[in-house]
Amino acid sequence: MKVRVDEDKCCGAGTCVMLAPEVFDQREEDGIVILLDAEPAEQLHTTVREAASMCPAAAIELSENA
Amino acid sequence: MSAPSSVLVVGASAAGLATAEALRRKGYQGGLTVLGAEPHLPYDRPPLSKQVLSGAWDPERAQLRPQTALSSLDAEFVLADPAVGLDVAVRTVRTAAGRALRADAIVVATGLRARTLPGQADLTGVHVLRTLDDALALRADLLAASRLVVVGEGVLGAEIAATARGMGLEVTMAGPLTAPLAGQIGPSVAGLLAELHTERGVRLRLGAGVDRLTGQDGKVTGVRLATGDVLPADVVVVAIGSDPATGWLADSGLRVDNGLVCDSRCRAAEGVYAVGDVARWHHDRFGTLLRLENRTNATEQANTVAANILGDDQPYCPVPYFWTDQFDTKIQVHGVLPVDAEVTVVEGDRSARRFVALYRRDGRVTGVLGWNMPKQTRLRRQEVVDALADFASTH
Repeated sequence: MKVRVDEDKCCGAGTCVMLAPEVFDQREEDGIVILLDAEPAEQLHTTVREAASMCPAAAIELSENA
Repeated sequence: MSAPSSVLVVGASAAGLATAEALRRKGYQGGLTVLGAEPHLPYDRPPLSKQVLSGAWDPERAQLRPQTALSSLDAEFVLADPAVGLDVAVRTVRTAAGRALRADAIVVATGLRARTLPGQADLTGVHVLRTLDDALALRADLLAASRLVVVGEGVLGAEIAATARGMGLEVTMAGPLTAPLAGQIGPSVAGLLAELHTERGVRLRLGAGVDRLTGQDGKVTGVRLATGDVLPADVVVVAIGSDPATGWLADSGLRVDNGLVCDSRCRAAEGVYAVGDVARWHHDRFGTLLRLENRTNATEQANTVAANILGDDQPYCPVPYFWTDQFDTKIQVHGVLPVDAEVTVVEGDRSARRFVALYRRDGRVTGVLGWNMPKQTRLRRQEVVDALADFASTH
């Protein structure tokens, strides 16, 4: 799984950080997403999928078969 | 209820799509149909009043998922065909084009319809902003206009005012409350928002109701206030709230009262659920029926509804959240902010326009608001969660 984030779409809600803090964080200054791990380990895939679907700005994109 | 073999989601926006995605993510392999009233694939609404209206984004950028992701969802999208009726007993939805779609479980996600002013339909140059097509039509008119009046001082009205000001228009905001978002964030912080709008050149004509639209030869010319003053305009946006889109459920026998009324599992009847802006469900922790018109509610509620469709028995008890971006200011709100709450800045500084404020009523935290401090605000969310748990255990 490969994760991409779109900083321009990100609204700073932090939904992804609450779901998968191993993979996502937010910048101190403006709350925009920081991608900590672009190729998360398999045991995180379910929560990362949930984070991508739950992101209120549709700012997380996954490539599953990469 | 055992897992259904077919699910029909009525509504192809954020809540509808999120329900479909959550079903698949949780392992559902049966038939899945998403019925949409609009011709567009699922798109996101928050950018409509900002990036799409300003032209910073092409409309395609507001699409919620790329085509590949929609394809892998293995759902049938039936678009440009509004639902017109629901027969609960046989779980069949009838559509405007004459389709009859039956499913074991039906999810109502038809969202909202923007309210309008009397006479609005007879005048050109007057807009609402709910759909992508609304946003593009408004943008086209703004590009040819110089004076905009926004009727409505809520989140949508304030965002449109900020965006239009950024496009170089003369903008006037009208509405009955005394400051932008006074009903959503309380008078104190709303005062700061009023300062921001004024500094950026938005004329605030707040604190007076709107009497009517004025027009000539079928074209809008302005907005007349209850005070008798007329605000001249080339274009008017009416952002005075919305009503749940439940007209098509009138003969369904389901209880419709400011939304489709549901139990705490977001279930309106056996095999019928509601999600998103249209759903009015029983929030067990607040102990009341609640309907939320915000973006995160669409996806969070979808998650619970999908689980319950698949046999879970989860109450839906979210901490409400919304955000708004106006000019260069990002406001985030977790929880609820009663207008009479005591507001305390707990981090940052109002004068620096960067702060986090806790809202308390009767000494109890009800919500947290952040002004240009999204991360720090989220880190305070737990205080709202804890207070809500306390509230639930003592009521």
